[in-house]
Amino acid sequence: MGDLLIIRPCLALLTREMVRFVRQRNRVIGALLTPIIFWILIGAGVGNSFRPGGSEAVGNYLGYFFPGTLVLIVLFTAIFSTISIIEDRREGFLQGVLVSPVHPLAIVGGKVLGGALLALIQALLFCVFAPMVGISVSPAQFILLIGLLFLIGIGLTALGYVIAWPLDSAMGFHAIMNLFLIPLWFLSGALFPPEGSVPWIGFLVKINPLYYALATVRWVLFDPVKSGVVLPGFGLSLTVTIISCIVLLAISVWMTLKINRKA
Amino acid sequence: MMNEVSMILEVRQLSFAYGSRKALNEVSFSVRAGEVLAILGPNGSGKSTLFKLLSTLVPVQDGEIICKGINFNSGVAKVRSLLGVVFQSPGLDKKLTVKENLRCQAALYGMPTSKANDQIDFWLKRLRVEDRSNDFVESLSGGLARRVEMAKALLHRPEILILDEPSTGLDPRSRSELWECLFQLCEEEGVTILVTTHLMDEAQKSSRVLILDEGRIVACDSPIELMKKFPHEILTLKTPRPDDIANYLSGQFSLKSKVSHSGLRVEISNGSGGDIVAAVSREFGGTIETMTLSQSGLEDAFFALTGKNFGEEK
Repeated sequence: MGDLLIIRPCLALLTREMVRFVRQRNRVIGALLTPIIFWILIGAGVGNSFRPGGSEAVGNYLGYFFPGTLVLIVLFTAIFSTISIIEDRREGFLQGVLVSPVHPLAIVGGKVLGGALLALIQALLFCVFAPMVGISVSPAQFILLIGLLFLIGIGLTALGYVIAWPLDSAMGFHAIMNLFLIPLWFLSGALFPPEGSVPWIGFLVKINPLYYALATVRWVLFDPVKSGVVLPGFGLSLTVTIISCIVLLAISVWMTLKINRKA
Repeated sequence: MMNEVSMILEVRQLSFAYGSRKALNEVSFSVRAGEVLAILGPNGSGKSTLFKLLSTLVPVQDGEIICKGINFNSGVAKVRSLLGVVFQSPGLDKKLTVKENLRCQAALYGMPTSKANDQIDFWLKRLRVEDRSNDFVESLSGGLARRVEMAKALLHRPEILILDEPSTGLDPRSRSELWECLFQLCEEEGVTILVTTHLMDEAQKSSRVLILDEGRIVACDSPIELMKKFPHEILTLKTPRPDDIANYLSGQFSLKSKVSHSGLRVEISNGSGGDIVAAVSREFGGTIETMTLSQSGLEDAFFALTGKNFGEEK
């Protein structure tokens, strides 16, 4: 019965995430179109006057900004997915889940895997623009990209889960999103490489786990030698990303266990 | 005398506090299998806290709750499979259809697909919502949504159904249908029902009523027994001379009156209400604005037990 109270509920909650997403068109627009608009406006508008060291080799600034936009799509989807935790709590659905015999791991699993899967699908949709900026990948690289984006999706959705779980107001989540999540992305090397920035910004970028997550995507999409973009090693980047995911998932489960039974 | 074997739920010395504010104070009671127990109390009496504890939404702080020999704090997952919970606020996902909501609920209880489908069909038919099974929940009326909530709570065949003020937001017809449904479940399916309410007429329909006031149990008995214990007739008067009438009733009929800003209230236990009304009309007719003689109900029992009107804040 134990696995039935983890796997089955987890799949049910994951399915619910997907169905709800498809039925809420504003979420699709918010999570996919907003990053694309960012990409076009920032990439085209700033691109000519802002040229990081390696961007010549990756075609143009739109090419440099492409992996960052992929991560932004994943981040936005994770945000929208985890905001629904607050809605579920307010609308009473979550109470029903909390008084069922379901294991907290299933609650975290359903929400995080659902969010990560949605993020992956949207990020892959954005990949149709890759050839336009001179990015081409082999089938093996594409499969690796899928795995990495899913992993980043898990980490960012788990981060959103940790932020949303104790909150009872969506406005509070928006405040944290503006103060923490968006700056987290700005400081990931998505818009500019840390080498060219002031030292303290460079330092913040290098202690940001999202910088390493983004670096794994850059390693897959560009030849790091030819592109000229300075990146941390792939092994180090992947390790940091995996450890970050594990830590965030563990905190999510702990919070669900703790706050599940809190007055 | 209650038989120990027939008890499905036992609450012993249960206390609960939000910080320094005590919401429940050493509450003890038992629930017999197959009965409808109404938990009655005004706002702030502690019934919502009791509901949260009984539904396992919050852990027990002091005392214990035992369901079929399982302690709520040590065997919470097992206890949860024995309970069906209907919250006051709707807990259905409005973006899903009725059936999708129920499938999700069945999965939360680890039910295999074929069994889940059988139970979904059974309860939708049993609660007369099968024709709306593919409709989105957001398109249902309050009464229908409440029935779907009940189907959701009953899918895994719980032994105890706990409902928190289920009539909230329902029109009189839907309320009546809901209670009819609860009694059917109790009689035909053998489900034990615990329902919190602040409505006297609802509590009066149940097998037993547990009256809560300021976190304590002030009575727990059948509605008939509770009403037997307290005055049979209540005389209420609105008058500018309440003290004069109180003195008259005390001298002539040895009746104690409770004088308030709105008038006078007298409890009559010997069935002489008609004579007293006639005498008061004769003596004070011109000064009486309104006079009502009514049979006592649970509200009067509550008044007799707590010394205040139901819903009156201390």
